[in-house]
Amino acid sequence: MSLTTTSIARLDGAIKTYGRLTALDGANLQIGRGELLALLGPNGAGKTTAIALLLGLIRADAGTVELFGRDPQQIEARRRIGVMLQNAVLPPTLRVGELLRLTASYYPSPRPLAETAELAGIGELLKRPYAKLSGGQQRSVQLALALCGRPELLFLDEPTVGMDVDARQKLWSAIRRLIAEGCAVLLTTHYLEEAEVLADRVCVMAHGRMIHEGTVDELRARVALKRIRCVTGTSIEKVRGWPDVAEARLDGERLHITTADAETVVRHLLGADAQLRELEVQRAGLAEAFTELTRDADEVSATDQREAA
Amino acid sequence: METVISVLASEPASMSRGRVFGAYLAEARGECVRYMRAPAFMLPIMLFPGLFYLVFGVLMVKSEGADAARYLLASYGVFGVMSPGLFGFGVSLALERDGGLLTFKRALPMPPGAYLLGKMLMAMCAAAVVILLLLALSRLAHVALLPTQAGALLLTGVLGVLPFCALGMFIGTVFKGQGAPGMLQLIYLPMSFLSGLWFPLPMLPKFLQQIAPIWPSYHLDKIAMAAVGLNNEPLLPHVLVLLGFAVGFLLLATRRLRRYG
Repeated sequence: MSLTTTSIARLDGAIKTYGRLTALDGANLQIGRGELLALLGPNGAGKTTAIALLLGLIRADAGTVELFGRDPQQIEARRRIGVMLQNAVLPPTLRVGELLRLTASYYPSPRPLAETAELAGIGELLKRPYAKLSGGQQRSVQLALALCGRPELLFLDEPTVGMDVDARQKLWSAIRRLIAEGCAVLLTTHYLEEAEVLADRVCVMAHGRMIHEGTVDELRARVALKRIRCVTGTSIEKVRGWPDVAEARLDGERLHITTADAETVVRHLLGADAQLRELEVQRAGLAEAFTELTRDADEVSATDQREAA
Repeated sequence: METVISVLASEPASMSRGRVFGAYLAEARGECVRYMRAPAFMLPIMLFPGLFYLVFGVLMVKSEGADAARYLLASYGVFGVMSPGLFGFGVSLALERDGGLLTFKRALPMPPGAYLLGKMLMAMCAAAVVILLLLALSRLAHVALLPTQAGALLLTGVLGVLPFCALGMFIGTVFKGQGAPGMLQLIYLPMSFLSGLWFPLPMLPKFLQQIAPIWPSYHLDKIAMAAVGLNNEPLLPHVLVLLGFAVGFLLLATRRLRRYG
């Protein structure tokens, strides 16, 4: 892997505690030039703390935190990043154009205002006061603020929360354009679909650690389960009786089966019912993979705690 | 690791002096514009001392003549400039910490001093308005100030707001959001009373007179008295105390900001 050689931001064994709560427990993370890394994990997994470290908002208790080879608390490092945070109440009385000009003034060579507005799709909002915008429009303005400085690395923390489908699509296409320009993105999101659509690599966190890192396909492959759907006369009780069937349930007339060995189960299904129709076999989505991974991590952590006690 | 260094060397993110200055300017401008468009925040802070002076310094001392009004012009001037310092600075900082704006700005490459400088300028402007308002009202009580005295009082107010900015900033870093205004009231009103801004110090109990010098407002009052020609003592000790007070709280506050955000 050439990741280490082009790493522009990294956490190495980062530890951060708040009183008795350990938010990060030896977190490792590397972001390469021009890639989109999705940071996933349930609430309280440590995503926000990891980002806060990389932005220089807080200091690690132990471990290394680097942004472009420097301490993120140095302003020179942060001149190369753009930021969209989950909840920032921007000055309500300032107009969108004024906010953009103000934020652009912090950067050495920002984008022209018109280009920023066009990229974020907020061209017609420039003269409006920020407080008068809808929630989705405010998110779009925050995206514009994040990209106005021509960043090499963009931090997007739950960027599409509160956006409608249309706004979300616009944001995704803006992100794709930025990546095409060579900008790297660190994305945290609750929408696994978003990670699936955009990410080169996915990093899953639980209990302050990275429990999986790899491509979206690698993450899916971690979970051996597949889903079978069909309409069949075979009774659900009979299907449940077969070995290899992890779970079976009826959704209307459609039977949903989860299994690790799809081929065998399909053979059984076809053998039992020649009239079977609408057969579908699917690999588990990112959502299932994610749920399974974090559940495993929960179990490990629970065992650890029992042992410790 | 060498390659990380090569990434750095390939694209320096240096910023010209002119652009850094521009960032300071943009921040100060943004700060002023946003509060001018939201007068509900600053207007009470600026008008409250004027109203106080009008009632207690102008209308109620008519019988005691222009000297009492002159005395009260100085002390209400100090009372007045404390307010934009403590509240304009402290409350807005506490609210912005609460709302996440400060976090956002700290993540951005905003020059660290620009945010504070913007708020400072805002507080200094508000202090100037307070003093000008009081000077106008003092005409009603026939206080005759030389132009140099009026100018000195204005300067005292505009610079005198700074130690209270530092104190407000510190309070703003300790209390978040809505907790700050109450705490600031708890400091503002007793401190004003105890340093003789409402009633002359000699009217207070002996013990309170003795501890008055621990309040920064006591020292600013001495300078304001000198500005209107009612104090001939040397001013340097008072200036130094205020300076030390400002620097001390500024350091405490920036330390807290850096550690806890």
